[in-house]
Amino acid sequence: MIDSVETLKQRVEALKKEGTAATRILISMGTCGIAAGAVPVLEELKRVLAERQLEDKVEIIEAGCIGQCYAEPSVEICNAGSGSVIYGGVKVHDVGLIVSHIEDLAPDMNTVEKTWYYPETEKNTRNKIQARIVLRNSGRIDPEKLEDYLKNEGYQALAKALTEMTSEDVIKEITESGLRGRGGGGFPTGMKWNFAAQQPAGRKYMICNADEGDPGAFMDRAVLEGDPHAVLEAMAIGGYAIGADTGIIYIRAEYPLAVKRLKIAIKQAEENGLLGDNIFGSGFNFKIQLKYGAGAFVCGEETALIHSIEGKRGEPTFKPPFPAVSGLWGKPTVVNNVETYANIPAIIRSGAKWFRTIGTEKSPGTKVFALAGKVENVGLVEVPMGTKLRDIIFGLGGGIRDGKEFKAVQTGGPSGGCLKYDRLDTGIDYESLAAIGSMMGSGGMIVMDEDDCMVNVAKYFLDFTLDESCGKCTPCRIGNTRLHEMLERICEGKATMDIITKLKNLSYAIKDTALCGLGQTSPNPVLSTLANFEDEYLAHITDKHCPAGVCTKLITFKINDNCVGCTLCARNCPVSCISGERKEKHHIDQDKCIKCGVCYQACKFHAIDKL
Amino acid sequence: MVNITINNIPVKVAKNATILTAAQKIGIKIPTLCHFELDCFSFEHRIGSCRICVVEVEGRRNLAPACCTPVAEGMVVKTNTLRAINARRTSLDLILSDHPKDCLTCEKNGDCELQRLAGEMALHHVLYEGKMSEYKLDLSCDAIVRDLDKCIMCRRCESACNDIQTVGVLSGVGRGFEAVVGTAELMPLKDSKCVYCGQCVLACPVGALTEENHRYHVWRALNSKDKHVVVQTAPAVRVAIGEAFGMAPGTIATGQMVAGLKLLGFDKVFDTDFAADLTIMEETTELIERLKKNENLPILTSCCPGWVKFMEHQFPDLLYMPSTAKSPQQMFGAIAKSYYAEKLGLKPEDIIVVSVMPCLSKKYEASRKEFAPNGIRDVDMVISTRELANMFKEAGIQLGKLESREYDNPLGESTGAGVIFGASGGVLEAALRTAAEWLTSEELKEINFTAVRGLEGIKEATVPVAGIDVKVAVCSGLGNARKILEKIRRGEAQYHAIEIMACPGGCLNGGGQPYARENSSILAKRAAALYKADEGMPIRKSHENPHIKKLYAEFLGKPGSHIAHKLLHTTYTPRGDVCDA
Repeated sequence: MIDSVETLKQRVEALKKEGTAATRILISMGTCGIAAGAVPVLEELKRVLAERQLEDKVEIIEAGCIGQCYAEPSVEICNAGSGSVIYGGVKVHDVGLIVSHIEDLAPDMNTVEKTWYYPETEKNTRNKIQARIVLRNSGRIDPEKLEDYLKNEGYQALAKALTEMTSEDVIKEITESGLRGRGGGGFPTGMKWNFAAQQPAGRKYMICNADEGDPGAFMDRAVLEGDPHAVLEAMAIGGYAIGADTGIIYIRAEYPLAVKRLKIAIKQAEENGLLGDNIFGSGFNFKIQLKYGAGAFVCGEETALIHSIEGKRGEPTFKPPFPAVSGLWGKPTVVNNVETYANIPAIIRSGAKWFRTIGTEKSPGTKVFALAGKVENVGLVEVPMGTKLRDIIFGLGGGIRDGKEFKAVQTGGPSGGCLKYDRLDTGIDYESLAAIGSMMGSGGMIVMDEDDCMVNVAKYFLDFTLDESCGKCTPCRIGNTRLHEMLERICEGKATMDIITKLKNLSYAIKDTALCGLGQTSPNPVLSTLANFEDEYLAHITDKHCPAGVCTKLITFKINDNCVGCTLCARNCPVSCISGERKEKHHIDQDKCIKCGVCYQACKFHAIDKL
Repeated sequence: MVNITINNIPVKVAKNATILTAAQKIGIKIPTLCHFELDCFSFEHRIGSCRICVVEVEGRRNLAPACCTPVAEGMVVKTNTLRAINARRTSLDLILSDHPKDCLTCEKNGDCELQRLAGEMALHHVLYEGKMSEYKLDLSCDAIVRDLDKCIMCRRCESACNDIQTVGVLSGVGRGFEAVVGTAELMPLKDSKCVYCGQCVLACPVGALTEENHRYHVWRALNSKDKHVVVQTAPAVRVAIGEAFGMAPGTIATGQMVAGLKLLGFDKVFDTDFAADLTIMEETTELIERLKKNENLPILTSCCPGWVKFMEHQFPDLLYMPSTAKSPQQMFGAIAKSYYAEKLGLKPEDIIVVSVMPCLSKKYEASRKEFAPNGIRDVDMVISTRELANMFKEAGIQLGKLESREYDNPLGESTGAGVIFGASGGVLEAALRTAAEWLTSEELKEINFTAVRGLEGIKEATVPVAGIDVKVAVCSGLGNARKILEKIRRGEAQYHAIEIMACPGGCLNGGGQPYARENSSILAKRAAALYKADEGMPIRKSHENPHIKKLYAEFLGKPGSHIAHKLLHTTYTPRGDVCDA
């Protein structure tokens, strides 16, 4: 039981005295690692260590996600003396070799470069692009062990807040840090807390928005799976600041591992007195419950989220009143996103001034991006605000896959904007992204190459918002449907030039009139592709041609004179529309062709043109 | 008070005002569609979903919906900038793009707010055409038709169903373009716990919710050669039908309505008020009996079929409370097909009983199987006030120009007690008039029980009657009824008698009445007209109705007799969340 700052100190000292094994092996056991095959690797590791009687000397840590999705399953070997090495793409049969070379480098293995540093404990080094605050424990500790968290400054911030700071001090520190909501809106967190704190005392709620829904974004999941106590600690700090004794984590039910680890963490925290009544003997009480969402994107909007918790239809309502005034069950409520919370303990521990040394003037701190699409190294990266897009995509991301040309990057999830090469040197923060027609969003970053049709990309993102719209307000329900229909007409070659004006006008009207953030931003992919890739739209409309060769209605496959009559294309065609005698030039029946492209892929003689 | 500027004009408004109400102060009616306010019930549906009322507010990134944006000190509002006008036109355009354009044949033609708005905003063509919603027409029940293709997601019906009535049948279903207001899983209305009060129909600005139209059945009946077709008219019809013919709200058009019905060709024109008097005879007998025995109290009125069905679904444990007396409509039917038929020497099946009701639930009530002895319905057809107005118009009958005529006898004779059934509190007042005289055997001096009058949702009074302090309550609107019943269930309230009407304000605001929309002052005028009609009657107590006396003398014996029970009383069925009948 940790019932005072003193007992916390004793406990941490005792844990540190126990010492660590000479060698620690960390294995990424987040959802991504497990999906990539980490479990059999772990089993093999345990077996090999037992076989070689190394169990006493080597400690295995089942850690969370390290962010290098492209390199999963990954295994990190840490030696007390000689630093650490991370192996990527580890197969079961690699394990023996790795263990044999536990003190040096295993030959012929993929190693992963550590591109990050930890600003709270290490000094920046020029060659490291990433700065990990949010992900500081993810992949480094066993998320199911409270002891691991305690050894890494865990609950020190809560102890400090409860015993050395008043509620006002906490809010002042957070306000001065300049921390802004990482869920997408970028609203100053301290200000939000202050609104709720100023409401008359009584029942208040601290909610954690873990309804991560942007396609391809999974930083919240990584934090919850890799460092769940950090979120609990932050929520308790927030509860203390605003005068709430109840915290609720609204988490999507599709995150079973995160749910499991949160449950374990809550239980551990309660058993150890870190949640519950009279925390650290301060008289402050705080409990946390989980509430499962059914995975509706719109429930990430705070009013919709609150309705969902109340058992109502998950749809937003007009603000004001803001949740800080009238939220869950009509009580003052603060809703913060997981990543926002994950910054709080560090700010309380190391101070607002320290936090402001990272990032930009208006957007201090770091941002986690989920780098996806056509880059070599997909995964999670955490960079200081202001980092250039180029450094993320071509530095951390390793550039475009298969040597293709970079075409666009889309930031901010489904309702962000698509930016082209001329924006690559933009240092990204909330303002700069908004200024160039995109947004921060929750940190999705999808990279596109020359094979992507930008009209189709806009249609794809709109498809998502159409599905996820709650249907409450007219512009989002019907307006987005009409935008989508117009894009469909363009992709089918049925549009005329006047459609450009219609698209723009309707997009602006939707942005101007929709009820919530989802609707207000849903036309962004349309507007930004129109702004940056208008030539592609024009090609579809006037030339009835899809430059990237994606829009099937606008492409034709034709066999050229390279054809040697090998019959491979005809044999692979799923609709048997290719005919021709052996060793003679073949022919595609255009009426029957479904433009699937199988022949194009199959041909070994470059004899099929995609026009 | 706060100071704001609208279109450069300074306005001083209350702190809790919205931009919409503030603009009204300087004579600007910002167009609205989803917004719905009923002043007299202090009800406001403020959802801000249609985005028709958007205006520019200085310092805001986006346009603000006037209907739900509260004013703030120093706020600068522009209602008519090009940006705002274009945005409003776009919202309207989008709504119309997903709305059938069959206005000429739509049930709400002329009563449609979307139609009116499109006219006012002079939108001459729809720019953003595209796919349209397609749903199956719900004709499952006898009372309400749901055409979800026409739903514009204003959610006004949902609010009426849940917030006012607490029936809980309608809610947003589906997402995105497929979002629509409907029943759970879009089940047919008949299978739901809908009570057919029709408040959703009154709230619906478009043709998505309308009454099941029975006019054609009535026309067919009127043209049948071998049937004797009689009509009964409910109390609240006479004070509302004039509105459909340009008469001032609150006009009592009884005589002209009777004349019109005769012109339509009914063999006899009778009055439901007669049956209301009969109801009082039976119900008051039951009240006095329960009072004397001090059991099964409070007695709850049972005239309102919406309320009865609500009780069956939501309070099946309290079904011993409602009076067993049938509603006036059904008493009329039962008497018409027995006593009256015998007098004429006709078989019940030779008579067609048509009702004109302010109500849609009455259509359902008439179809309940317990009201069809031997398979012959007591009431064959029910049309609403609106449907009667339509029939008059179809027949070219200019109501205002007709000479008044009298109801036929014997089922057309009524009292002032019968006519006030149309207002919330009227049934109880009529019962008290009779109960007081029966219990004391003295003539009642003050017959106006004003404490139970008015449009308030819950009215309570203690009335001294023959030495007993009779505690009464009057609820209108099912949400209010729920409040009282839950109190009773918890043992927190004791009453002797409670009148409950499903519709807020009583039958005068029934689901079948001409659309008053947000102009809820009309309702008070209808109520005043009913009480005026009461005062103008020579007889104002049900038990003094000479034809009622004659009916008991010739046929029923006395109230509560065996034959009275057989013809004039009913039983109730506990029902679950879904309807089985």
